[in-house]
Amino acid sequence: MSKNTASDGERANLRRQIDENLRRVYERELEREVPDRFRDLLNELSGKMPAGKESAK
Amino acid sequence: MTAASERHEDPRTALADHLPSLRAFAVSLTRDSTAADDLVQDTIVKAWTNIEKFQPGTNLKAWLFTILRNTFYSDRRKRRREVQDSEGVHAASLVEKPAHDGRLAFGEFSKAFAQLSPEHREVLVLVGAEGFSYEEAAETMGVAKGTVKSRANRARARLSELMGLEEGEDVLSAAGGETLAVLGRAAIPAA
Repeated sequence: MSKNTASDGERANLRRQIDENLRRVYERELEREVPDRFRDLLNELSGKMPAGKESAK
Repeated sequence: MTAASERHEDPRTALADHLPSLRAFAVSLTRDSTAADDLVQDTIVKAWTNIEKFQPGTNLKAWLFTILRNTFYSDRRKRRREVQDSEGVHAASLVEKPAHDGRLAFGEFSKAFAQLSPEHREVLVLVGAEGFSYEEAAETMGVAKGTVKSRANRARARLSELMGLEEGEDVLSAAGGETLAVLGRAAIPAA
């Protein structure tokens, strides 16, 4: 598309690689187990819910 | 995926589904898992108590991310007066476990990422890792769409610089520290 394909291509390539690395770092974080304190917090908060809907099973 | 069917449900019931993302985003901002979990806790409480401000049918995750990052920057402004710069210490403690798959300098990448400013880490996580559109990221960050684009480009350029890479050099072919050192001088022919 562009006449300047070499540097545009290089930039796109670098960008893709950076994003791939980013996703790896981020996915590692996503896989960490969620501590009980958050389930407890949500349960505590839902106790105050007037509708009484279950927020966790 | 099931946005339409979730519409009439109380969005509060969906908060638990977003905990892993919230924690990952919080860690990327704070670079400290204890601070990150405190930030997530504050975010959940704020979201819960302000749930009527959430517009049903819109992106709940983006709304939660907005609360989280606003809380982070506001806490940071307060903390800055007390502690000058403890971020370098946090950053160093987060670098762990370099990949031994010989494919990429994972540890080097993490180290470089940790050295970015929170604003740069934020934009890269949102558009690069979370896959937010520029519009969603702009709304989350409270800036214009063009700012998201230019900030993301600057963040990528800075990251490359921190890793000792010039544009066009291969991040993924770097097997380890010594390879990176070589890459610092290597000239990769234009494709």
